[in-house]
Order: sequence, then C-alpha cells, then structure tokens
Amino acid sequence: MIKSIRKSILALAALAALATAANASAETLINGAGATFPYPLYSKWFAEYAKIDKSVKFNYQSIGSGGGIKQITAQTVDFGASDKFLSDEELKAAPGKLLHLPTVMGAVVVTYNIPGVAKGLKLSAETLSQIYGGKIVSWNDLKIVRDNAGLKLPSKPIIVVHRSDGSGTTSIFTDYLSSVSPEWAKKVGKGASVKWPVGLGGKGNEGVAGQIKTTPFTIGYVELAYAFENKLPYAYLKNSAGTFIEPSIASTSAAAAGAAKSMPADYRVSLVNQPGKNAYPIVGFTWLLVYQAQKDKVKGKKLVEFLNWELKQGQKMAAKLLYAPLPANVAKMVEKTVKSIR
Amino acid sequence: MNGDLIFRAITTVFAFSILIILAIMLAEMTKESLPSIRKFGWRFVTNSEWDAVQGVFGALPYLYGSVVSSVLALLLATPLSIGAAVFITEICPKRVGALIAPLVELLAAIPSVIYGLWGVLVMAPWLQSTVQPFLIDHFGFLPFFQGAPYGVSMLAAVFILMIMVVPIITSITREVLLAVPLSQKEAAIALGATRWEMIMMAVLPYGRSGILGAAILGLGRAVGETMAVTMVIGNAPNISLSLLSPAYTMPSVIANEFAEATSKLHGSALMEVGLILLVVTLIINALARLLIWSVSKDAGGGAA
Repeated sequence: MIKSIRKSILALAALAALATAANASAETLINGAGATFPYPLYSKWFAEYAKIDKSVKFNYQSIGSGGGIKQITAQTVDFGASDKFLSDEELKAAPGKLLHLPTVMGAVVVTYNIPGVAKGLKLSAETLSQIYGGKIVSWNDLKIVRDNAGLKLPSKPIIVVHRSDGSGTTSIFTDYLSSVSPEWAKKVGKGASVKWPVGLGGKGNEGVAGQIKTTPFTIGYVELAYAFENKLPYAYLKNSAGTFIEPSIASTSAAAAGAAKSMPADYRVSLVNQPGKNAYPIVGFTWLLVYQAQKDKVKGKKLVEFLNWELKQGQKMAAKLLYAPLPANVAKMVEKTVKSIR
Repeated sequence: MNGDLIFRAITTVFAFSILIILAIMLAEMTKESLPSIRKFGWRFVTNSEWDAVQGVFGALPYLYGSVVSSVLALLLATPLSIGAAVFITEICPKRVGALIAPLVELLAAIPSVIYGLWGVLVMAPWLQSTVQPFLIDHFGFLPFFQGAPYGVSMLAAVFILMIMVVPIITSITREVLLAVPLSQKEAAIALGATRWEMIMMAVLPYGRSGILGAAILGLGRAVGETMAVTMVIGNAPNISLSLLSPAYTMPSVIANEFAEATSKLHGSALMEVGLILLVVTLIINALARLLIWSVSKDAGGGAA
C-alpha cells in the first residue's frame, strides 16, 4: 500500500515538474545580476513590466556591482548592473562592446548620532575629509563649530563608521573625498574597498546604520533611500557652489542635469561635486551593462523593448521609491544609445 | 560477486572520498592564491598593511584577531562548560539534568547570524554603556583595557564566541563524564572523599582527554565563526593589546571583501587568507589529536 502511494506521488511530482518546465520554456527568460543599490527599483520595474508584456520574464540577482561586472564579462547573464563603471582594462576584457546605460541616480548621505543634535548638522568638504582622515577627532572642533553656529556640539571624540564590505556606496563616497581632498586622493584613494585611516567597519548599509543608531557620537555614510526609509538624521553638505545643500531626490537629479553638458558618449562619468547651486555633491549613476551586439536576437529585442519602457514609464516610478530619475536631457541621450543595440 | 567485497569497496570509496575532497580543496585554494604567494611570500603573514587600492596585502592583523579572539573565548568558555557539565551529571537531580542538557544544546542550534544581530543590537551597546567604562575606570592602567569604549570590539567578539562555544564543550564533556564508571566514584567515596573531592579526584581526571578534545573542537568552531564575529568585532585591522579596540578576523575579511574583490590580486590575497585559515584549522585539530593521544597514554582510560 505504502509502495503504491509512494509510486503515485513520484509520478505526480514528475508530471508537475515536466508541466512547469514546459510552461517556462514558452516565455523568454532574461537573466541579470549586479548592484544591490537599485534592486528595489528594478524589482518593481520587472514586476510592472511583466503585466505589460507577458511573454518575457526578468530575473535579477543582487550579488553586488563587482559580481555583476564579472558575470556580464563572462556572459553568464544577459545584462549586468553596477554602481561603478568599468575601467578601460575591464572593458577590454569583455568579449564585445559593452554599453553603460544609466538608469537612475543614487546619493550617499552622511548620517550621524549626536545626542542633542537631531538634525541640521552642516559639514564642508574639507571637514568631512578630515574627519574620515582622522585629523579632526572631536565633535566640538573649531572647524565643525564654525559651520554650525546654532548647534550645541559636545566635546566628545568622533567615532567614525565606514563600510567593511566592498560596495558601490563606498566607491561613490571615496570618489567624492578624493575629488575634494588631494591628501585623501594620495593617501587612500577611491574604490569599493579602501584602507580607511580610522574607524569601525559595519557590514552593509544595515551594519553602518545599526552601529550609528546604537552608538552615540558616531558618523557614517549610507545610501539616500536607506537613510530616508529608516529616518536617519543626515548632514547638509557644502557643494562646489558653496551652498550647504540638503540631500534629496531633487538635489540628486540637479547634479546630473549639471553634468549633462559634458556627458561622455559612454556615460562613464563620476557625478560627484558637480556644478550647480542646487546640486548635492555625493551622487552617482547606476548603470545597466548591456552588450551592443546581442547574441540572442529574441532576448535582445525584448531587452531593448524593456529599456525603452524603462526610460519612459519606469522613470516615473523612481521618485516614489526614493531614487532620482534621470533628467530629461540625459534620458534622451540614453534613448539614442539604446537604439544602437542590435 | 561476494557481497562482503562490494560492501568493503563502497565503504573504502566513501572513506577516501572525504580525504580526496580535502585534497582538492587545498589544491584549488593554493592554485588561486599563487599570484599572491608569488608576489608577497612570507611578508604576507608578517606585514600589517592591507590596501586594496594600492595592491599591498598583509594578513597579520587578521591572524592576530582570529587567534586572540578564539583562544580567549576558549579560556573563558572551558571552565564554564566543565562546571555546567559537572552540575548536570553529578550535582543536580537526574530529571533536572535531563531537562537542562537539551536546553544547553539548543544554544548550538541557533544560527550564527542571530547571535550577530543580538550582539550588535543588544550586547555591544550594553558593553559600551556598562562593562567597558567599568573596566576602563578600575583596570585602565593595564594595557588590556585602554582606549575608548566603542562597544564593538575584541571583547564583544570574545563574549559572543564564548557563548557559541559553550554548548559544544558542555555536551561533549557531559557525555565524557557520564562514561566514567560508577566503580571509580564509589571507590573515591568509600575512601572518605566529599562529593567535591570525588569529582576532582575520580571523575575529572578520568575524563581529562575527552574534555581536552571537547575544548579543541570548541576552538575549531571559534576560529571559523564568521557572521557573528563580523557583526560585533568592529572590522578594523588593528593589532592592539587592548581588548577594547576593534579588530578583524580572517573569516570576517573574506566574508566582507570577497564578493566585491576588485582586482585579481585582491581576490588571490583573500584566497590566501582562506588557505591560511584552512591550514590553521587543520593544525589545531592535529594538535588536538596529538594531545589527546599523549594524555590518554597516561590516564589509562576515558574516551580517546
């Protein structure tokens, strides 16, 4: 009796597997992998797009920008996603011309925990780079007090927190520090993992935010969306025009609008410290990495259709999820580039 | 064909397959670490500078962090575990003992990430606000307790590892103590020993080699523990005598940096750290075997 039950269960399972496999092959499956930062937005896009075009299914694994670059170079996925653009050597290593298509922009926010200072801390570029460089060690250092006339800053040591894991957020942040401080550029440099002069390492945005929430007198950096979602206090940073600007969707978009005039054709540009009165200084694109010559024509066509949809409809969904949509002039440039995908 | 022969052949294959898997792991990791080994040689384990941007890698801080956190955790956990095991087997009523033992083993079943979360959200702030200031005020003259109270530190890692290692040592020690023959205990009591003396004279020496084996197994777990340690140790590659300073261990740096390792040299350096970790774990276990063998020679009894 048990034997026959077992046999019938096995047969049913095999039938079910076959049925789902047959079903799955009817639609096109497009695989992508890469950055964790835009993952919430891409998930929403893929879910919405599936309602519009039922013949294609997108699968995205947020394994990190480094992973995305590796996988698209090895061609194990159909598209990659990264918060940092490929270097010239990495582009040469790819078997075919790899296009960088900016989708949205993200900002890196400086967050802190100072008992008594709920919001409104102002930091200049020089101050921030010296805090992270270990030169400014106390919250009531004259350089910080000078910019924050109305705040009561305690005479406690600053506890610096940074990311312990390699990440695109760190890339953008260290890119900014390198561009505003020649000393930082020489001593530390920029990258996904750097040799931090001081500070504790937290794993992921959650690690840094957790450390800051539980430890007073800390300072750290997290993604804008993360800071807003978790209601973390953020600092106003001085941009290249000399204004202390608040991090927001608007100020992030303003940074790219300023860069549109000198945008290179391959969009491999850093958006930190851009000109403009309302531009927030620590901003970066996040790109989709797509080969210009698509090997699988069916997948290529579906991918191009999705990209066109994303540039028109998808951008409207970005702000609600706390991502900055591309400014209109940049979106137009990207549309032209998408047309070149065969 | 002889059924016995087939049985023998299959079990031999199974036994050797484990060794073969280990050999393949060692070979693959050595192959991947070759670029880093060729570039740095022995300087890799003596140099303290780890800079992914410049391409300079030295693993001494991670080695130091791993060894110190594990050894200290073991030193703290072993008396606790032996005490718990002695209590469960000798002192408390049998029914209560049968209840407590599975509860202790339950500690080992908790995923290490949960320990990490509890550590960073509950224990580290508590350490920062109560234990660390206390240590600084009263023992601050010692080099071991100098520095600012961050909460996340070598001390937090040692505490977490201690909690994670206690159930392993306790459960094995408990089994070792239960295996002590009744005749030994009765003989000691017959000679007039108090309960405490009986435990010290007859029970513990009998189970010495087993307890040592349990401790070394605990050490093996502590060295390899990744997530719980990464979340509470502060991830700063410092080498400092102070327990209050943040530190970095070998599994932590691999877990943190491997996914986004930017250059081939970076990936290869992390592989080399992994290779060192593997070799250290194998050496610890080999040492444990030797110790148990030498101890069991003299004791003339107990699980070996």
